[in-house]
Amino acid sequence: MTDATTLPAAAMPPRSARRRILMRRLWRHRSFRVGAGIVAVIVLMAVAAPLLSGGQPNAMSLRNRFAPPSADFIFGADNFGRDIFTRVLYGARISLWIGFASAMLAAAGGALVGMASAWFRKLDGIIMRIMDALLAFPAILLAIGINAALGPQVSSVIIALASAYVPRMARIVRAAALVVRELDYVDAARVSGAGAGRIIFRHILPNVMAPLLVSVTFVFAYAILAEAALSFLGIGPPPPHPSWGNIIAEGRDYSVEAWWIMLFPGLAISLAALGMNLLGDGLRDVLDPRLKIEA
Amino acid sequence: MLQIENLSVDFRVDSGWISSVTDVSFTLGPRASLGIVGESGSGKSVTALSVLRLHAARNTRMRGRIMFDGQDLLTLPERRMREIRGRDIAMIFQDPMHSLNPVLTIGDQIGETLRIHQKLDAAAAQKAAIGLLDMVRIPDAARRVTDYPHQLSGGMRQRVMIAMAIACRPRLLIADEPTTALDVTVQAQILDLLRDLREEIGMSVILISHDLGLVAEFAERVLVMYAGELVEEAPSLTMFARPAHPYSEGLLKAIPSADEDVGRLYAIPGRIPDPGRRPPGCNFAPRCPLVQPACTAAPPPLATMEPGHLIRCPVRLAAMETTG
Repeated sequence: MTDATTLPAAAMPPRSARRRILMRRLWRHRSFRVGAGIVAVIVLMAVAAPLLSGGQPNAMSLRNRFAPPSADFIFGADNFGRDIFTRVLYGARISLWIGFASAMLAAAGGALVGMASAWFRKLDGIIMRIMDALLAFPAILLAIGINAALGPQVSSVIIALASAYVPRMARIVRAAALVVRELDYVDAARVSGAGAGRIIFRHILPNVMAPLLVSVTFVFAYAILAEAALSFLGIGPPPPHPSWGNIIAEGRDYSVEAWWIMLFPGLAISLAALGMNLLGDGLRDVLDPRLKIEA
Repeated sequence: MLQIENLSVDFRVDSGWISSVTDVSFTLGPRASLGIVGESGSGKSVTALSVLRLHAARNTRMRGRIMFDGQDLLTLPERRMREIRGRDIAMIFQDPMHSLNPVLTIGDQIGETLRIHQKLDAAAAQKAAIGLLDMVRIPDAARRVTDYPHQLSGGMRQRVMIAMAIACRPRLLIADEPTTALDVTVQAQILDLLRDLREEIGMSVILISHDLGLVAEFAERVLVMYAGELVEEAPSLTMFARPAHPYSEGLLKAIPSADEDVGRLYAIPGRIPDPGRRPPGCNFAPRCPLVQPACTAAPPPLATMEPGHLIRCPVRLAAMETTG
């Protein structure tokens, strides 16, 4: 045994060192930097919405109906005279929340299903055929079905989108877990007397996090787009609370006279999706060097 | 302590079952050392993995008995088997590069065995891990304990693997080609370490290798396996000085000599038969320099040549008897 004087060195945080190296490599990656910057700005704007705009997102002003972009209404106003800029800021909160929550939920569900499939080999065939069947439906169609069944709420949009993306997450996790479970360190853990739970959660799951994290960023972007599509079809988050999707949906009847109603939330969606995708590309290149295409 | 009786292991393949290990028996006392030698596919690792029952149950059929402390490991429920793994029987693997989990610190991994079997908390396990790193002669253990595997060299990782294996002071350590992936100088250090630890802890060690010279130097007794069968068992000195089975002879001849200048290295002609297509008689007959017509007719039995020295070669056995 070592004496006490050498022990404080052991208390040095090891994980932070590794994390620092990773962060440095991420930061050197150009598309990650740009993507993270875009996402950070959008998130900050959503959080700081009340500071950036004095108005309320639902405050109507009939005098200013269809006011074009100007100094007072930089993004213009809609058919109720509501300020589009304010609505886009507040809409970011709901849209980002839907993107984040459904990506997380899909990841959790996918991890569960994928790990079960990789671990219980007998269930593999059944589970993956069900996933294949779900994958055969277009994700948006599946989401429409689930959403229609659950009724128009933010939470049902999240559940619908999450379920639609579970199958692809499950596939990613299963594929990675099948590789990891055959590695020597899993055998080594079994030799140490570790049970199934310990092996799954301590040895396999952390080692499949990298591909899972990367696909979370992509699903985040898909979910924001899908939210817009659902709103456009009239089954997104219900008005009057703004989401990027339902601002566009409400503006579509006036697209010729008041193009600004649809343009600005549309830009916000594109920008957010672009940011998440760039961020995801960077993460993938750094976390999984085998897939590296360019630095 | 460990007594393997007529162990046979079959694996399922597309076309049915193929036999990997056939009718292997041997015993190992406490504080003993045993070497198992054979080329790739001879069944030496399969035999060792059977002791810990690490084969996928679905695709494996095991017959015979593996008695450890009076209980048959092959019939033990998985729960009980898990208690034995790591506590009573431990194992180290060939490739230290892939035997450590890249996302956990080495301290976490060494401590894991202790947390499983002795229910230590994280702090106590960490402290014990430092002691174990000291035991496997890793300098500056208190700082090294928080390193990740990628920060260590191959030799260091193998030391970490050994620390993991001896954490609970097992009575049997199975080392499956522990030095194959390492530099020659590091190989010697690791073997020295294993020898020392065997003394310190008082455990038995089974060393598996394809290097007869290395095994003979380390172990008291040596088993030679060929195509899933035991072909010779002898004390290492005997095995090294006068191997009786033509296959063991070939293995010994294949060790390049440092003193003589040989133009071409010796190799046993031919290769090990596929498990599915083994010859009807002696498995080694197609490659054997002493082959007789009788060898290809029926599989030869394992017979005692002298006390403690068994061979599976009637031709050699008969020759020994006539000469002396």
